[in-house]
Amino acid sequence: MKIENIGDLKALKEKHYPLIKQRLGHRNGLGLTQIMVCSGSSCVSTESQAILRELERELDEHGLNENVRVMKTGCLGFCQHGPVVMVHPGEIFYCRVKPEDVKELVQTHLLEGRLVERMLYQEDLTGKRIPSINDIHFFKAQERIVLQNCGVINPEDIEEYIARDGYHTLADAILNKRPGEIIDIISKSGLRGRGGAGFPTGKKWEMTAAQDVTPKYVVCNADEGDPGAFMDRSILEGDPHSVLEAMAIAAYCIGANQGYIYVRAEYPVAVERLEIAIGQARETGLLGKGLLGTLFNFDIELRLGAGAFVCGEETALLHSIMGARGEPRPRPPYPAQEGVWGKPTLINNVETYANIPIILRRGWEWYQGYGTATTKGTKVFSLAGKIKNTGLIEVPMGTSLRTIVFDIGGGIPGGKKFKAIQTGGPSGGCIPEKFLDRPIDYESLKEIGSIMGSGGMIVISEDNCMVDLARFYLEFTQDESCGRCTPCRVGTKRLLEILKRITEGHGEMEDLDILERLSLDIRDASLCGLGQTAPNPVLSTLSYFRDEYIAHVRNKTCPAGVCKGLFSYQVDEEKCIACGLCAKACAAGAISGAPKQPYRIDPAKCVKCAACVAKCPKEAIVKGSDKEAKINENAGIFSGTGSQESRAAL
Amino acid sequence: MSDFINEEHENITGIEKQAPDRITDKERNRYRDLDNVIKEYIKKPGHLIGILHKAQEIFGYLPEEVQTYIASKTGIPVSEVNGVVTFYSLFSTEPKGKYEIKVCLGTACYVKGAQEIMDTLKENLKIDEEETTQDKLFTLKSTRCIGSCGLAPVLLANEDVYGEIAAKDVMKIVREYQKGEKIEN
Repeated sequence: MKIENIGDLKALKEKHYPLIKQRLGHRNGLGLTQIMVCSGSSCVSTESQAILRELERELDEHGLNENVRVMKTGCLGFCQHGPVVMVHPGEIFYCRVKPEDVKELVQTHLLEGRLVERMLYQEDLTGKRIPSINDIHFFKAQERIVLQNCGVINPEDIEEYIARDGYHTLADAILNKRPGEIIDIISKSGLRGRGGAGFPTGKKWEMTAAQDVTPKYVVCNADEGDPGAFMDRSILEGDPHSVLEAMAIAAYCIGANQGYIYVRAEYPVAVERLEIAIGQARETGLLGKGLLGTLFNFDIELRLGAGAFVCGEETALLHSIMGARGEPRPRPPYPAQEGVWGKPTLINNVETYANIPIILRRGWEWYQGYGTATTKGTKVFSLAGKIKNTGLIEVPMGTSLRTIVFDIGGGIPGGKKFKAIQTGGPSGGCIPEKFLDRPIDYESLKEIGSIMGSGGMIVISEDNCMVDLARFYLEFTQDESCGRCTPCRVGTKRLLEILKRITEGHGEMEDLDILERLSLDIRDASLCGLGQTAPNPVLSTLSYFRDEYIAHVRNKTCPAGVCKGLFSYQVDEEKCIACGLCAKACAAGAISGAPKQPYRIDPAKCVKCAACVAKCPKEAIVKGSDKEAKINENAGIFSGTGSQESRAAL
Repeated sequence: MSDFINEEHENITGIEKQAPDRITDKERNRYRDLDNVIKEYIKKPGHLIGILHKAQEIFGYLPEEVQTYIASKTGIPVSEVNGVVTFYSLFSTEPKGKYEIKVCLGTACYVKGAQEIMDTLKENLKIDEEETTQDKLFTLKSTRCIGSCGLAPVLLANEDVYGEIAAKDVMKIVREYQKGEKIEN
């Protein structure tokens, strides 16, 4: 069916709205039960699709097909507790469901009308089971605007999106508004680019609209390359139509007829959902020729990445869309002037687009109500690393990191101590505890040496070594550097070499100064964002965790016990029961002992494979500092001599 | 871009001219599939990466012959094709093992011990990253973040995802595949 006016959209909404309303908590006497199975990537990889099939089979067997509907839905964000299944009415939230649990779920919940206690979410502090999603603190503490449809609608059904007022703003824009009016609303809302740089979105649209060249193009940057970031993936998987709708609105505003979505090939589920969504939008006349019966044409094509981090940079992305090597180029000319095929191109990130329909629907005044003075709206963050509630959250800009980590995220598991939070991926920095109470926006994070980035947050505990982490990030950026400009190509390599040297115990105090100077040079002289921000992890760890660097260099110890060359395994003599399992497990023959006496590890032979640690039933093998051994080895002088300091010691 | 399809190229069935004796039926079918892909993709500009993705699906990897073939069919210089193939990490110019074991080395997995998993695999399979075991069963690779950070640390065996694994359990997973292979044989 082709949709030609707002009336058609309204009719479709009427048809599906009762179902959606029930999922939002209304008891509207539908006489229906709806089961939503999370089909985001994380739950898919823990067999949520098998649960779906099993549910359908069980319902068939019990003849419940009439009254119970099963469907896919997008990511709810509570990935740590996946796979997630929700049952409406009641918004019952079942977590860690396995395919073999389905029988019990159908029997107890659907046939007997009782909750399956053991699968309900268990609150950490009280140990209480919580049935409804509305009572789980993780969800209560959030403000879901961009993610409002994720977990509520079936992302593979355009009509459900329409029932959530989807495509209404597009219709209103094309039929009733002038491009200038829409751009004006976006500008007034204060929306800034969610890809990381925070450029005002309205201004970008204005610049592209002002170009007097045709054709123009609209591009969606879905090359979410930061490790530990999965916001865009979840939006594409859970609410793909919101991005399509926004791109069509953008095309109408700037005067484009062709759009491209550049998406990572590592996201097969997102690619599949986008393909389905584009197909459905074309069938209903919301993409293609003559949108909504007007003369405005707009279509979208998918372009797959092929595993290059630098392609998230806009000029590199443009090259990749055109099928070439994804190397960046200097700006200006900006993509707004010369983009795809040398024509004016509007590039926005997935999350930025996902904000557009709701801003137009509810007005810029409403949107301005969220956020800080400089940064409006909400932001989706992905929480990962050493945190209890790994997953996806959406909070207003200006929320403090402490709220995110300890309140919503539930803190660090295993009673470990918080050390830092890393934001902005390989381009960001590590933020220590003293800044946790800062309200976050683009500016405040920049002030403390990190960036907002696309919204990935990795929590780091006392068990992680900051020098090793800096080395890890440099290994990443060095590997991903496209090689086009020298500061980035050679500079990151040198940084990595120095960091490796330090983590292996061969660092010198002078290295710290070199690291700092070189970092600043790379930042100032690199061609694109990748190089300019690559030193951030080094600079931020150097300024906030300098003592750890010094411990590696001067004392030749790794306080966190991560850097292999800088610690040794020792047997805790009080815990050892002399069972001999460790000696049997040791392939290097480094462990010796006799009955009834604590065993010993010879550090000279030990290769630190940790095989003994895994075998010990008493957890008696612990990491100890290698300091003494090293000091003895060097006859009282810190190894790695040659620096001024050690020469002075001589 | 369709101007690039040169009639002359159409007549050369590429590989046969280069190595007429060695080509098998299986191989010929693959090239036929590739022809269909190119015909479909070349209608729109800038589709080299799309073609390479499909070609890798068909052949398993992108050897020189396939790159040359794509170049001759599309009119894109072979140097450019090779430049694109070597730029992107998802394209491989070496044949892969039956099972591709990919360890996610994204930050979330890394801080939860992914490096130990990688080291254990290297040690036990006796290969380095990007290498294939002698029996052509396993290729070991590290992968960029696959976005399943809730399951960290994560390992992929072809398309199967294994989450929350410990270094000491990783060989159990590998052995399952080895066992399955024996049964298949």
